[in-house]
Amino acid sequence: MTTSELRLAAHDLACLRGGRLVFEGLSFAVARGEALVLTGANGSGKSSLLRQIAGLLEIAHGTIALEGGDSERTIGEQVHYVGHLDALKPSMNVAETLRFWTEYLGGGRNEAAVAHALDAFALASLADLPVGYLSAGQRRRLSLARVLAVPRPLWLLDEPTVALDAANTARLLDLMNVHLVSGGLIVAATHLDLGLVPARMLRLGEEVAA
Amino acid sequence: MRRAFLALLLRDLRLAARLGGGGGMAVFFFLVVVAIVPLGIGPDKALLSLIAPGMLWVALLLAALLTLDRLFQADFEDGSLDLLSMGALPLELVAVAKALGHWLTTGLPLVVVAPVLGLLLNLPVASFPALLLAMLAGTPALSFLGAIGAALTVGVRRGGLLASLLVLPFYIPVLIFGVGAAEAASAGFEGDAGVQSLLFLGAVTLGSFVLGPVGAAAALRANLR
Repeated sequence: MTTSELRLAAHDLACLRGGRLVFEGLSFAVARGEALVLTGANGSGKSSLLRQIAGLLEIAHGTIALEGGDSERTIGEQVHYVGHLDALKPSMNVAETLRFWTEYLGGGRNEAAVAHALDAFALASLADLPVGYLSAGQRRRLSLARVLAVPRPLWLLDEPTVALDAANTARLLDLMNVHLVSGGLIVAATHLDLGLVPARMLRLGEEVAA
Repeated sequence: MRRAFLALLLRDLRLAARLGGGGGMAVFFFLVVVAIVPLGIGPDKALLSLIAPGMLWVALLLAALLTLDRLFQADFEDGSLDLLSMGALPLELVAVAKALGHWLTTGLPLVVVAPVLGLLLNLPVASFPALLLAMLAGTPALSFLGAIGAALTVGVRRGGLLASLLVLPFYIPVLIFGVGAAEAASAGFEGDAGVQSLLFLGAVTLGSFVLGPVGAAAALRANLR
């Protein structure tokens, strides 16, 4: 994979949800080592935009391209998407869950990566606990952990700090900054000031609301 | 890709085996339905052995339908399906893995307990091998065709009924040829009607291996977007 000049470019995007125009005429670009922070009121299309990038939502108009990425694979296969739903099964335990997603998302049977990701999100001591017993913040951390377990260049995070306490928010921000420094890209929707180093803001909703 | 396929299949088997996974539900339902038939019909042995193949197949079909609606729905509701569509595995193969998992946790156990239930219904022991063969050949089609209905109704709350209505017409050939094979076996394989039924059953199943995953993946794509 040639990631030297990786760049996410969106041109003249529009999004339709249930016949309602959520946004239109949206263009932006994110280069390596850059974060794009999406802000805007409820319903302004932050989540929809993230899902469009991940290939989970139809693009009503315009284009999204991951320039310099692997042209043989869809954008969805080159990004991590952490949305509102945490994709966790109550009857599987923490380590099993992460092991499964690591293997499924192309990381192979990599115990070291799984252990590292659990450790980074302070979940190592909970490894054998069934997911059903986790608190909301712990569930959030577990679903975030897969972005570390399998290396993918672009992270799409939909309000990643929801349910996280101060210490874990700081932990997540550190990991995001490390990802950026090592040449990754992040598009995150949030209401908080994340304090990412090279962050550009994109405020959604104003032109449509007007 | 093979690794992702195996990982998904193993996960589904594991989930089915655990509490709340519903792995034993179909078998239990099958048992209950067949066990109450003699109570309802009465202890007429000749009558029971006459209706046994049909009863077994109808109960098997209903048991398979019972567990079908959760095939994709659980993954759809908790967001897993989004992630499953973002791996290297095409949705068609995701559907194959899930349908295969459904067969291994539902269809296969039903086939295994069928002889015991056959005894309850006074089915001649000589016809057991043919019945089992027909069920082995026919039950995969229930899972693979059922996957289409499950995928179509993935976003519908209590979609099980709708899925059943959609899928049932496709199950009819399996039922007809399955009962045909079993009845021919009970009659001691006079002529080659039994073999023909078995061959048709095999053909339906092979067809479902292609149609099921392609149809299910198309339905999932439409529902995901």
